[in-house]
Amino acid sequence: MDGIQRRILEEIADLHEVPEGAYNLRVNGKSEGRRSTANVEIAPKPEGSGLDIRIKPGTKNESIHIPVVLSEAGMKETVYNDFYIGEDSDVVIVAGCGIYNCGVQDSQHDGIHRFYVGRGAKIRYVEKHYGEGDGQGKRILNPVTEIYLEPDSTAELEMVQIRGVDSTERMTRAEVAEGARLIIQERLLTHGSQYALSAYEVELNGENSAADVVSRSIARDDSYQKFDALIKGNAPCHGHSECDAIIMDNGRVLAVPQLEANNLDAALIHEAAIGKIAGEQLVKLMTLGLTEAEAEEQIINGFLK
Amino acid sequence: MFELRNIGLEVDDENRHVEILKDISFSVGERKFVVITGPNGGGKSTIARVISGVMQPTRGSIFFGGKDITALGITERARLGIGYALQQPVRFKGLDVRDLLRIAAERELSTDEACDYLSRVGLCARDYVHREVNASLSGGELKRIEIATVLARKPRLAVFDEPEAGIDLWSFQSLIKVFEQMRAEIENSSILVISHQERILEIADEIIVVANGSIDRHGPREEILPSLIGTTSAVSQCTKLLERS
Repeated sequence: MDGIQRRILEEIADLHEVPEGAYNLRVNGKSEGRRSTANVEIAPKPEGSGLDIRIKPGTKNESIHIPVVLSEAGMKETVYNDFYIGEDSDVVIVAGCGIYNCGVQDSQHDGIHRFYVGRGAKIRYVEKHYGEGDGQGKRILNPVTEIYLEPDSTAELEMVQIRGVDSTERMTRAEVAEGARLIIQERLLTHGSQYALSAYEVELNGENSAADVVSRSIARDDSYQKFDALIKGNAPCHGHSECDAIIMDNGRVLAVPQLEANNLDAALIHEAAIGKIAGEQLVKLMTLGLTEAEAEEQIINGFLK
Repeated sequence: MFELRNIGLEVDDENRHVEILKDISFSVGERKFVVITGPNGGGKSTIARVISGVMQPTRGSIFFGGKDITALGITERARLGIGYALQQPVRFKGLDVRDLLRIAAERELSTDEACDYLSRVGLCARDYVHREVNASLSGGELKRIEIATVLARKPRLAVFDEPEAGIDLWSFQSLIKVFEQMRAEIENSSILVISHQERILEIADEIIVVANGSIDRHGPREEILPSLIGTTSAVSQCTKLLERS
């Protein structure tokens, strides 16, 4: 890997070197390194379109890293990764994609991740998206995440996209069985003339299933964001979605929270709030010695923490 | 040390010309604890905003440490050593109590240091240091955190705008102790408090009575306080509770 690729890798996965545990590092469409462990098998799909990742039942405290780096302008790829998470396992999966584009052609990575979370299993999934480079070519990421939660399993997803991605259409679909929980935390910052769509469709199918989808975002400059979250309560369940957005400059945000109750005992709540940074917040931080720009930065950093 | 000289503030409000402050002049000396009182709507909070730079006067000058600071903004005044606790503390999604204290102190704070500031305002520190400064905190908790941020700045002039407003009786008792302690430990600094509270007026060196945008009276506590007892400019917390019930 060259210096640029190393830096991108650090941005998206906090990795300075080869990670511990199982990993697959994909750089410009090719695997640059892969390791399976006794409990985690990472194997390429026969047709070469992605990976099958199998985690043995009962696997605890292991991490799996599958970062993707694109540094060639004009590179376009679609990758399918399927995760089979064995019963009662407890693992952390770190994905993420970083694009460096200094050319005139668009670079695009569409990652389709499917998670089959076994009964009683617990996963934490961290996905960071990042882009840089001063070329005219666009940096485009269109992730699709599908999660199938078996009874009493838990999935916690942390999805972060801070700066640099020109266009993103993120689709997240989930089916949640009885006693299972889905927790999603999304953090998004768009700037320039970027466009970001984040759409969720969560089906709460089992008794005592639960979902909590929370998005915090900031739209600066001339960027545009759309947050579209649909939660369907098909059984006695608890569903909650929250979109909290700060707009700055000419930034625009459309929040479309949707709830569909198909069962009398489905308890569903949505919250959405969009607004600029409150003047009194800036004043308070300025009375503590910050300039207006520094105050703004502190508020943004805190909000996206 | 600090002086307002002939401060006037006029605004146009719904086609009406309003004079909020009229020729306000007073000074606050070194190591002095000065309380501004007076009827509601008389201009007290506006004086605090003018001192901190949140509002600009339309007439007059402001001096701090011998320097004319009238033209300076909020940030510059804060950096010169003016601290300001707002009457309505602000909530922040995502910033926690320790973040605010760190910003106030202009350096990283150890958990012990952050806890020390919170203990001084009567908060059980370890429960609060990582709390987000959001709607989950009560009015009384926010008020005390607001005061802690001013303490963390170690300002040469600390301005508190109605620190007792909107808090319950229990919080009030411990808040009075905070001010009594600040009064006892005052060193190379001065404190200006806007308050109607008898117990805060009782620890003042000087009292300024502001009404209708002007200074009605200004003098040593012994001289001013007796004339205020029994008026709305010097109430006990119990009186306030009775008014509310």
